[in-house]
Amino acid sequence: MKEEQPLELERKDENRFSLSRREFLKAVGGGIIVFFSVGDLTAQERRPPGFQELPADFNAFLRIGADGRVTCFTGKIEMGQGIITSLAQMLADELDVSLDAVNMTMGNTDLCPWDMGTFGSRTTRFFGPPLREAAAEARAILIQLAAEHLHLSESQLTVKEGVVVDKNDSGNRVTYAELAKGKSIEKHLSKKPTLKNVSEFSIVGKPALRKDAWAKVTGKGQYAGDVRIPGMLCAKILRPPVHGAKLKSVDTSALAEDKEIKVVQEQDLIAVLHLYPDVAELALSKIKANFDLPEAKVNPKTIFQHLLSVAPEGEVVAQGGDIREGEKVTREAFESTYLNYYVAHATIETHTALARVEKDRVTVWASTQRPFGAKEEVAQALKIPPGSVQVITPFVGGGFGGKSQNRQIVEAARLSKLAGRPVQVAWTREEEFFYDTFRPAAIVKIRSGVTEANQIAYWDFDVYFAGPRGAEQFYDIPHHRELSHGHYTGIPGAHPFGTGPWRAPGSNTNTFAKESHIDLMAAKLKMDPLEFRLKNLRDQRMTKVLKAAAEKFGWAASPAPSGRGFGVACATDAGAYVATMAEVEVDQGSGKVRVKRIVCAQDMGLAINPEGAQIQMEGGLMMGLGYTLTEEVRFNGGKILDRNFDTYEIPRFSWLPKIETLLIENPEIPPAGGGEPPIVCMGGVIANAIFDATGARLFELPMTPERIKNALAETKAKKD
Amino acid sequence: MFETIRFKLNRKPTVMTVDGERKLLWVLRSDFGLTGTKYGCGEGICGACTVLINNKATRSCQLPVKEIKGKEVVTIEGLARDGRLHPLQKAFMDHDALQCGFCTPGMILSAYSLLLQKPKPTEAEILEGMNDNLCRCGAHVRIVRAIQSAAEEMKGGGKE
Repeated sequence: MKEEQPLELERKDENRFSLSRREFLKAVGGGIIVFFSVGDLTAQERRPPGFQELPADFNAFLRIGADGRVTCFTGKIEMGQGIITSLAQMLADELDVSLDAVNMTMGNTDLCPWDMGTFGSRTTRFFGPPLREAAAEARAILIQLAAEHLHLSESQLTVKEGVVVDKNDSGNRVTYAELAKGKSIEKHLSKKPTLKNVSEFSIVGKPALRKDAWAKVTGKGQYAGDVRIPGMLCAKILRPPVHGAKLKSVDTSALAEDKEIKVVQEQDLIAVLHLYPDVAELALSKIKANFDLPEAKVNPKTIFQHLLSVAPEGEVVAQGGDIREGEKVTREAFESTYLNYYVAHATIETHTALARVEKDRVTVWASTQRPFGAKEEVAQALKIPPGSVQVITPFVGGGFGGKSQNRQIVEAARLSKLAGRPVQVAWTREEEFFYDTFRPAAIVKIRSGVTEANQIAYWDFDVYFAGPRGAEQFYDIPHHRELSHGHYTGIPGAHPFGTGPWRAPGSNTNTFAKESHIDLMAAKLKMDPLEFRLKNLRDQRMTKVLKAAAEKFGWAASPAPSGRGFGVACATDAGAYVATMAEVEVDQGSGKVRVKRIVCAQDMGLAINPEGAQIQMEGGLMMGLGYTLTEEVRFNGGKILDRNFDTYEIPRFSWLPKIETLLIENPEIPPAGGGEPPIVCMGGVIANAIFDATGARLFELPMTPERIKNALAETKAKKD
Repeated sequence: MFETIRFKLNRKPTVMTVDGERKLLWVLRSDFGLTGTKYGCGEGICGACTVLINNKATRSCQLPVKEIKGKEVVTIEGLARDGRLHPLQKAFMDHDALQCGFCTPGMILSAYSLLLQKPKPTEAEILEGMNDNLCRCGAHVRIVRAIQSAAEEMKGGGKE
């Protein structure tokens, strides 16, 4: 058997507990370093109190080394969304270096300054602008150095691909590498440097190949579970069969004879450790445990009533006018309730972490969207200062909000401390379905009315437990009120298991309800659903994306149901405007839906990497088919009934519709988010297309064959 | 039961003494450090653990390692030859046919096996042939494109 080669670990100063600026500079070596602060330091993004091992006046930086390579240090992580490329593009363009010259060091809590986490389609919007400013500043410093070096004035110089050249004599030149050599220059960004205009971009706005592609097609790219360090053991943890179960007794005697197996216990945390995860798992099955099981209080039939009964008062998301005034001018009123069930993140990489607890420091390699959060959680669990914990984030195998939750990291750290050896915790698929913080079951109630002129007169909207994102309206409605009751994380006693953020949290639920309701109104008025939307829109950006989608789709006006199976939905999310159209075919016998075609138009302002943005659109549309048609975590009380992909169906190749994406060029507007917006219309657009095909309106997600058959039967019964 | 197993791993003759009931996935990942082969579901449903056994895409999470006696196992690490990427690997890069990349090794090896059987697959044949490999990020559009382009590049040559 081959000996494993321990990996070269990137740790330059083995005795470092926390990072002072001086130590940081020593750790990264000399060169030109620009520190900068991410502008959007909202209350939640501010570094927590007492968390001061990094200088307080910056939270990101870039470095130009003596080898001419540029490194961007950021606490953001790469989980497939492509920022490893788009951030590098922004940096390279502003600094005038080639994209290949940029290294990205991401999600390493010792080398990167504090960061809230990677979620909410925030990276490009909020991290992008200061990154560009820092790059522009670095360029200015380099030009200044070059002017001294070449004895020329700065205005006589130009830069291309990291080489500063005399405009009048192209032989007279100096490289960034030569300028950075032997220098140790620290620069803090205070005033905003001049940034390039859109017309000056040579890398931003152009398609670029992913910087992580080579590592990922060769199998060399490391995820948390791929890290190997000397002495490490793999853990399998004893799990309760049901959420809320209490361990009564445990018998590990079956493993007592096995010298290779190590059993560790600390309160309810009981684990089996072995060199191999599969051997540990087999051993775990020999442990006998008894649990006190709680009574199952809710199930899919009762959950919505239960949630409504425990829901807190609504918080105002938006309001305007006076709904009573709207009611007075209404000729037709509408009232509907929309539901969605629990949905899993179902990343193909399960939650994974490797922790090495030593006497006075802890190193963790983890799949996480919040490495700095993990650092604090580990410190708290082990009762040590956060400064002695380092979290390293290799590639993350999908997140979608699910890896904002760091439970497996704390487990690995606790077990490593108990075992005195490095310990890897890699959840099985069943554990993943058990501890995933699902997209919550949620309810939306809408009351609305239209005037004689087919204008929306009022809109009264309440969302329960999905959260406020996407609750606001963009239609031109004089009298409206949007309330949000309870966040997606739930409140004690609301959900029988954990819930949390799921790709565009809240927006999917709210958009499904809103856009279904708009469609339902249009149908009752016998108006073409696109025409009804346009008639009630003043927002020019939304009008434009809708028209662009319609043109590409070949939308011909007709009131629904037309029998064609055409649907439309639109939304704003993370600053982007999205309009989606779809064509479906419904097999009325089986209730099965085949989505044949999707057209999605998006205005996201400046697209840093248009190719990457379109890939995010395709991905969001495809993933969105799942929560729309099949994905529902079934449960009884705290018992999770779906444990693998055999019963929990996610989209697969045979589902693939013809997908067409369209970016509306709007480069003068700062970039919006791109990872989440395209997914939010999927529930609505498919529901509306099913209605157009069959005349049956679905009020629940997912729209399973069973529910579609029921809706068809109800529609038929109403007609008869 | 421990037994001695001789097989070819990424074209190298290999001998190991191992409990033959252990699943190939874990032997590859733990004993050989070949971590390009991924765990996704443990039940042969998702395809992340796909390897080639005698050039046929096989789920390694389900396969007792004793079954590979005398066979040729190729993992994603063994697909490139002499530092030259296989046309499928190149096509996956060129077409951005990946996002998080976790399913990618399994996708590439399944596609390799598919192209051996159907050197010039239609789009429908690709969708059918790849249907049991799951991708959560939704890279499907690009994966289909990459397989089509690799098939063209390989000119129906299947293996290379």
